[in-house]
Amino acid sequence: MRKSLSLLALAALFTLNPAFAGPAEDKGLTIAKEANTRDSGWADSTADLTMLLKNKQGEESRRDMRAKTLEVPDDGDKSLMVFDTPADVKGTALLSFSHKTADDEQWLYLPALKRVKRIASDNKAGPFMGSEFAYEDITSQEVEKYTYKWLRDEKLGGQDVFVFERYPVDKNSGYTRQVVWMDKAAYRIQKIDYYDRKQALLKTLSFKDYKAYGKFWRASDMNMVNHQTDKSTQLVWNAYKFGAGLSARDFDQNALSRAR
Amino acid sequence: MRIPFILAAVLLGGVTPALADGWSGRVGVDYLHFWNAPLNPEQYSNYLSPFAEAEYNAEWDDGKQQFNFTGFVRGDSRDDNHQHADIRELEYLLVASDYSLRAGVSKVFWGVTEAEHLVDIVNQTDLVENPDEKTKLGQPMLNLTLNNLGSGTLDLFVLPYFRERTYPDASGRPRTRLVVDDDYATFEASNGHKHVDFAARWSVSESGLDLGLSYFNGTGRNPRLLPQQIAPGQFVLAPHYELLQQLGIDASYVDDSILWKLEAVGREQLDAWYFASSVGFEYTLSGVFGSAADIGLLSEFMYDNRGLNATRVIPLPPVKAIGAPPNYYQNDLLFGLRIGFNDVQSSQILMGIIADLQGQGQIYNLEAERRLGETWKVNLQFRSYANIPVNNVLYTQRDDNYMRASLAWYF
Repeated sequence: MRKSLSLLALAALFTLNPAFAGPAEDKGLTIAKEANTRDSGWADSTADLTMLLKNKQGEESRRDMRAKTLEVPDDGDKSLMVFDTPADVKGTALLSFSHKTADDEQWLYLPALKRVKRIASDNKAGPFMGSEFAYEDITSQEVEKYTYKWLRDEKLGGQDVFVFERYPVDKNSGYTRQVVWMDKAAYRIQKIDYYDRKQALLKTLSFKDYKAYGKFWRASDMNMVNHQTDKSTQLVWNAYKFGAGLSARDFDQNALSRAR
Repeated sequence: MRIPFILAAVLLGGVTPALADGWSGRVGVDYLHFWNAPLNPEQYSNYLSPFAEAEYNAEWDDGKQQFNFTGFVRGDSRDDNHQHADIRELEYLLVASDYSLRAGVSKVFWGVTEAEHLVDIVNQTDLVENPDEKTKLGQPMLNLTLNNLGSGTLDLFVLPYFRERTYPDASGRPRTRLVVDDDYATFEASNGHKHVDFAARWSVSESGLDLGLSYFNGTGRNPRLLPQQIAPGQFVLAPHYELLQQLGIDASYVDDSILWKLEAVGREQLDAWYFASSVGFEYTLSGVFGSAADIGLLSEFMYDNRGLNATRVIPLPPVKAIGAPPNYYQNDLLFGLRIGFNDVQSSQILMGIIADLQGQGQIYNLEAERRLGETWKVNLQFRSYANIPVNNVLYTQRDDNYMRASLAWYF
């Protein structure tokens, strides 16, 4: 009786606490760390983005923006996004400092008032620009922001992939878990399934048209489909450039208020 | 309706190459409606005013040099002063690794609170645009920003030309009981508009705290309005601009869902110092009721150490004449709600009540906006005054409760 109880307790520990360092958890973390290592050292990048929002009726709405990102040693990335369309938000800019364990920081620049406004950090689950991407989906994905568990290996679209689960550490996250498909060849994310707070499948993000920029891979096309509302948002990336010699000075509040 | 030449020029210059590199802007119309009868026979209950704003931005040298122009023009068939044009921006910007330099006409905003902006002093208020004092005129300036100081950034300003505040004319609304006539404007500084003013602000941002310490020395942007007889039986308000020293602090601290805010100033005018502050918070609830909307709860407490004297246009005896312009917010509490729908149309509502804690009445405010299609935007604003007592600075506006509907096309 006592033996089976303790086995039961041990089993309970394994299943109830996904952070418990069992072999599946270790493998998941190893995969995440390897992907992170392969995508380190790009220093800085700039790109143009077009976001196409589609509703259930197939009507489309378009957003154009420009993004600059800076790799910060031992911490999350800094990014500066400037909006070009719709015309009424032209010149609005968003500065984000992602942190590995501390709360992310964000500031919004409102060009009509020339005002830099700090944003409270708990809104990560909220939609970015009314799209199907939440703020937490687009800010830099640090290894420390999740705990992991490898599920299985399979084939996706002809490629060998790892399938693993990751659990957001931040209590303000809109997700209980995400299932990630990552190819074994170059550790690139191919698909993510997002599960909401009710454990129901909420969205799926598909990555397409990966291009190599030196040793770094970037998807040119990301499509987020919301299964509960039948809405989707497509992100198309253009004109990726790396290593332009940007520094922290290009990602401070002065740079934010100069962004046009 | 008279259309000033500059409106045509701005529209032609702006709209025609609108889709070409560099030009953007908006063209629209405001409809202002008052539901109480006006206090003066020359005023109306409805005003229609078209406006246009065109902006040109150019950037070169990898973003290290910029040229920006913004011109604004408004027409109004009933209020000659509401009809006006302004160069909001005409600046050259140079960005180097340790500093940046801005020269020309520009706008600088300092501050973190919502109801009252105490620290913001560089630009003159374009009061005729909105009684909430949030619209500003362009200010000529030379601005040096130093960011090699170790911690923080230092902004230094030389402000070489003074711009007077804009006020509605006799048929405008809301307005003071006596009409402000800037033909009779006077300055404490002997060289008037040519007096060179200075400003500086040191700012630092660290672990959720944004802090700014600022200083201003020059002609205060807010005039004292002094009754003046200009003809037998005819009185106007003459704006008198005094020299001012202002020390300011603005700070915000973010802690998860709460943003704490503080603005405080010490001002010295006519050899007397006074102090005013505004402290508050904004607490944001995200994804309310399972939707994508955010609700922000705002509250701010505003204080002016001159007390009730600050709100008076006639000082209470035995106190001698106040050496500084009046301030409605001497002991006031704001309760507000901000709803961001986070929808495709970027719909937002901001509403608030400012209640005076010393019996000076209340101000109600509601603003709502959303995008229509991809290029149009509609904006609605309601402002209402209640229980404003006699002698309060807002007493002459007590029946000027209004609704403003604004429709603009953006390009």
